[in-house]
Amino acid sequence: MKVLTSFKNGLLVLYFEGELDHHESRDVAQRLERILEEYLPRDCAMDLSGLRFMDSSGIAVILRVYRRMKEMGGRAWVENPGTQPLRVLDASGIDRVVKINVSEGVRS
Amino acid sequence: MNTKNYIRLEFPSQSVNEGFARGAVACFAAQLDPTLEELGDIKTVVSEAVTNCIVHAYPDTLGKVLVKARILEENTLELVIRDWGRGIPDIEKARQPMYTTGGADRSGMGFTIMESFMDSLRVRSAPGKGTTVTLRRKISLRSGRL
Repeated sequence: MKVLTSFKNGLLVLYFEGELDHHESRDVAQRLERILEEYLPRDCAMDLSGLRFMDSSGIAVILRVYRRMKEMGGRAWVENPGTQPLRVLDASGIDRVVKINVSEGVRS
Repeated sequence: MNTKNYIRLEFPSQSVNEGFARGAVACFAAQLDPTLEELGDIKTVVSEAVTNCIVHAYPDTLGKVLVKARILEENTLELVIRDWGRGIPDIEKARQPMYTTGGADRSGMGFTIMESFMDSLRVRSAPGKGTTVTLRRKISLRSGRL
């Protein structure tokens, strides 16, 4: 999985691209923590529009970013998940903790 | 139920095989003409079940993982994921949402997701002998098709 970033006015956007499973998750979680340390953002959006597949390993990754942002006094949320990642997000009940913005038209 | 078609995949518990396993099963299931959402669900449950074998059945070693996919009558797909690893001491507990022995890297949602995406889930396990997970999902017949 690739992670692209954009940073403006304290808002860091993390673009997840590819597939996020257990094989990828440990490495991805470490990369994301390094990125957060580097930018120290006020807000962090995880944009999943480029994510073709995600399983429950991805839930753990998203929760780690969320918790890290909370520790730093910031906010984190999820944006634009495609059909498959959204099914997993819904089934996990993570939306009770992390806000998920679903934009119509991005659904794949 | 009679088996109309089947595949068997056997591989060592290396995490790089997770993507292969879900992709191969999805290719096999394609003959049932599933919707994209159904195909996504099938990929997800294979990924969850195979990850369980890799993370929990063989935590410190490599072992054998067997994935069987069968097409049964009434457009039903059956998946059997088997390992010969550590086994699950308390299946009830393992199936609870958010329960995990895997630490911060794991969400504890694997069985919950398998349960909600499939019509049925059966887990058989014996400590030290291994675990067999059997999942079934009926693929809906789409209109405009005989």
